[in-house]
Amino acid sequence: MSWLGRLLGQKEKSGTVAKQRLQMVLIHDRSEVSPGLLEQIKDDIIEVIAQRLTIDRENVEVNLTQSARESRLVAEIPLVSRNGRR
Amino acid sequence: MSGKVITITSGKGGVGKTTLTANIAAALARSGKKVVAIDADIGLRNLDVVMGLENRIVYDLVDIIEGRCRLRQAMIKDKRQPELYLIPAAQTRDKMAVSPTDMILVCDQLRQEMDYVVIDSPAGIERGFRNAIAPADQVLIVTNPEVSAVRDADRIIGLIEAEEKGPGKLIVNRLKPEMVARGDMISVEDILDILAIELVGVIPEDESILISTNQGLPVVMTGANGSSAGQAFTNVARRIEGQKIPFLDLTAKGSLLDRMRGWVNGR
Ligand SMILES: Nc1ncnc2c1ncn2[C@@H]1O[C@H](COP(=O)(O)OP(=O)(O)OP(=O)(O)O)[C@@H](O)[C@H]1O
Ligand SMILES: [Mg+2]
Repeated sequence: MSWLGRLLGQKEKSGTVAKQRLQMVLIHDRSEVSPGLLEQIKDDIIEVIAQRLTIDRENVEVNLTQSARESRLVAEIPLVSRNGRR
Repeated sequence: MSGKVITITSGKGGVGKTTLTANIAAALARSGKKVVAIDADIGLRNLDVVMGLENRIVYDLVDIIEGRCRLRQAMIKDKRQPELYLIPAAQTRDKMAVSPTDMILVCDQLRQEMDYVVIDSPAGIERGFRNAIAPADQVLIVTNPEVSAVRDADRIIGLIEAEEKGPGKLIVNRLKPEMVARGDMISVEDILDILAIELVGVIPEDESILISTNQGLPVVMTGANGSSAGQAFTNVARRIEGQKIPFLDLTAKGSLLDRMRGWVNGR
């Protein structure tokens, strides 16, 4: 939606909402990965990586993404640099 | 001769499988092909009434499978078309009376005599669905432009691939172009984008479908040129036959009144 539309308080069209909701449910339907399993995987990843590197545990993100009929697991793991430089 | 077996399925119920089966079968027959439609919805027989052949049923699919009649005896000839037949479902039995192997055996026999075997699948993903897709050379998946129907179509597409019956092709039924234009219905492009599947048909919402179903006459047989759904069904049949037919332009511009409402709403 355009910034003008948002400024005027226009609602998102229901057709667009439908598409977005579909994309979200299909990500989980297709991968058979429940949101709960995703959380467990995230904890496991944190444990493994933290054995070797100092990481910012609070800001680790693990998500499922979708392109066409292919799903992938994407992890983003912020590192904390020990000499204080980012 | 080796005919082609086409199964029409959907996952979600009530999206138009039976209506499409009747009309695609009739449209193929009108173009001179030998066609048999099979109602695989055992226990919920419906294709007979949609095709208007309900008064002529003697034997059904389960009678063939259990050896109570020969194949030909259960094939009801539609007298309005030279080579169109129906094999009705059994009404008083359940899906377990038929197995996927039974369906393959019946269809292998039909292939020798017919150009096309069109199977109306029941809704769901259980035995009835598995029976319907087992003999298929091509699976057509029907959806409506709404969240739950598209979600179920996605699941079916996956199951069909897993059964090595893919890739399926998609038919979007009950599209309302004016609602799409207004942004209140998910568009065909969006559905294709999400499902990543080839399209074979877009059928508009059309009152003439209900009217012709009331009369037991598939829309394509009414010869009503005014019916956009009739044309859309015929186009699906032509695409099945391998012709390249452009999709109907369903992007109605809307009435002047609609457009004025659009301006007022800041569109
Ligand atoms: N394009 C259309 N425009 C208007 N009405 C339609 C259209 N397609 C189907 N219908 C109507 O929708 C209803 C359901 O259609 P139909 O019985 O073909 O669906 P189905 O998928 O076979 O259902 P089930 O899952 O119960 O077998 C019927 O009343 C039919 O007339
Ligand atoms: Mg049906």
